[in-house]
Amino acid sequence: MSARRDRRDRRLSRGVQIGFLLGLIALWYFGTAVWGINQILLPNPINVWHELEDVIRSGEFLPDLQVTLTEVAVAFVLSCTSGVTLGYLISRSHYSIRVFEPLLAGAYSVPIILFLPLYVLFFGLGPWSKIALGTTISFFPIALNTIAGFGYVDRIFITAARSMGASDFQMFRYVLLPAALPVILTGLRIGFTVALLSILGSETIASLAGLGHRIVHLAEAMETPRMFAYIAFAVVIAALLNTVVTSLEQRARRR
Amino acid sequence: MSSQGRIEPVGVAAPRIQPAPGPRRSTMAALRRHPAIARLMVLAALFLLWELAARWWIDPDFLSPPSQVLASLGELFETQGVPAALQITLWELAVAFAISVVIGLAVGLTVGLSRFSNRSFMPIILLLYGTPQITILPLFILYFGIGSASKIAFGVSHGVFPIIVTIVAGVQNIKPILMTAAHSMGASRWQIFRWVIFPHMIPSFFAGMRLGMTGVLLGVLLAELYVSTAGIGYFTTLFTQNFDPTKLLGLVSVLAAMAIALNETVRRAEVYFGRWRTD
Repeated sequence: MSARRDRRDRRLSRGVQIGFLLGLIALWYFGTAVWGINQILLPNPINVWHELEDVIRSGEFLPDLQVTLTEVAVAFVLSCTSGVTLGYLISRSHYSIRVFEPLLAGAYSVPIILFLPLYVLFFGLGPWSKIALGTTISFFPIALNTIAGFGYVDRIFITAARSMGASDFQMFRYVLLPAALPVILTGLRIGFTVALLSILGSETIASLAGLGHRIVHLAEAMETPRMFAYIAFAVVIAALLNTVVTSLEQRARRR
Repeated sequence: MSSQGRIEPVGVAAPRIQPAPGPRRSTMAALRRHPAIARLMVLAALFLLWELAARWWIDPDFLSPPSQVLASLGELFETQGVPAALQITLWELAVAFAISVVIGLAVGLTVGLSRFSNRSFMPIILLLYGTPQITILPLFILYFGIGSASKIAFGVSHGVFPIIVTIVAGVQNIKPILMTAAHSMGASRWQIFRWVIFPHMIPSFFAGMRLGMTGVLLGVLLAELYVSTAGIGYFTTLFTQNFDPTKLLGLVSVLAAMAIALNETVRRAEVYFGRWRTD
């Protein structure tokens, strides 16, 4: 009885979700096609769809996508190497954890987007200012999670391994690493997400190329339908990358 | 060997010879005991490095030493329009935060308190929370103009979702036994809300406020930096193009100090109001 009601409830809430989304799209369509909202402010969804098809078919997005992805990749590699290395070194003693961890956590609570003007001054409008910002933002979750991973391994494991005569390498490979890996992987995933977002954001604010730049460019040219198409494209790319990273994390965790 | 045959007095510990604490040794010991002092020293070392680097190695067009930044803060505040821009930013932060809290609380309670609406709307909220709002920043400017309204709206779009999600989680995490107990003792809906849900919500409410504040700061500052014809964004662009790192660093430091103060206020509130719960 209860199971059947549960199933009915579930179907009903699915219905509400689908209805909500369909309602939004219908509102969008009627607002533009029937009630005459200005096309520059809100383009017709059908127009946007055609633009999106055109963007994808013509391959016009490729150079911008390439710039953005390269920036994200470089920033992520830099913050991974620096964050994991520094985090590991700090986690080697309880004392240095107590000295450095609050410093890093404190710096992380400052909105790092504020560094962007400085980086534009240092590195110019090109990709390097975006890479620097992405690296800075993603460095902190990666370093903090590495410290948390290596620094708080259960003492009993370490004592047991030592008393059974584990070498330093064995200790690292068979005790520390497996214990720390899940936490570090979470840090890497968060780092990747924030790097992607901050690079898209800094491209929006000051840049010469990239997906964020393209969106702003179209906004300034008042080509709103194409801008909507690019926004949809960027959102899908971001969602896709996040899904890939999350599933990679899950898979690496299961090992 | 000579001590072998000596009879030690029982029960009296031999006086330990302590090495006289040399100055070096005692500072090291103090550092060991108080990591906070070491932390301050690390910070001081970083600032010293910055000072030295800016004075001798790096082109003064790009980086100026912290002492100079600090000394010219007064000059920065005398620059036409800077105090007004900072004030407006602070006001935008406050308004965006207040709106985020009100909307977040209302939506969070509506969605969290009923199983059905939770199941229906939570996936939609999480979907919206997960989309990168930064891509639609130009739309906010298009709809709300380059004034305060767009920045407040963008700040709310960043601040409201963490608040909703935390409040829903807080409402859902109330132990069912407490609700059952209140029900069986004949509590009315209002009484349950006032005496069971409300006190349990307070910690998650303040946790949500903290996350919301982080989001609002990010959203408002992003929008401020994006609009380069007015407000903070105008001045950062201006100082960058004039190669005036002293003022740029000053402005960024003031904004960072503002962010730290706001974050710290909310964090203190969270600790203070969450302290009754021990588990």
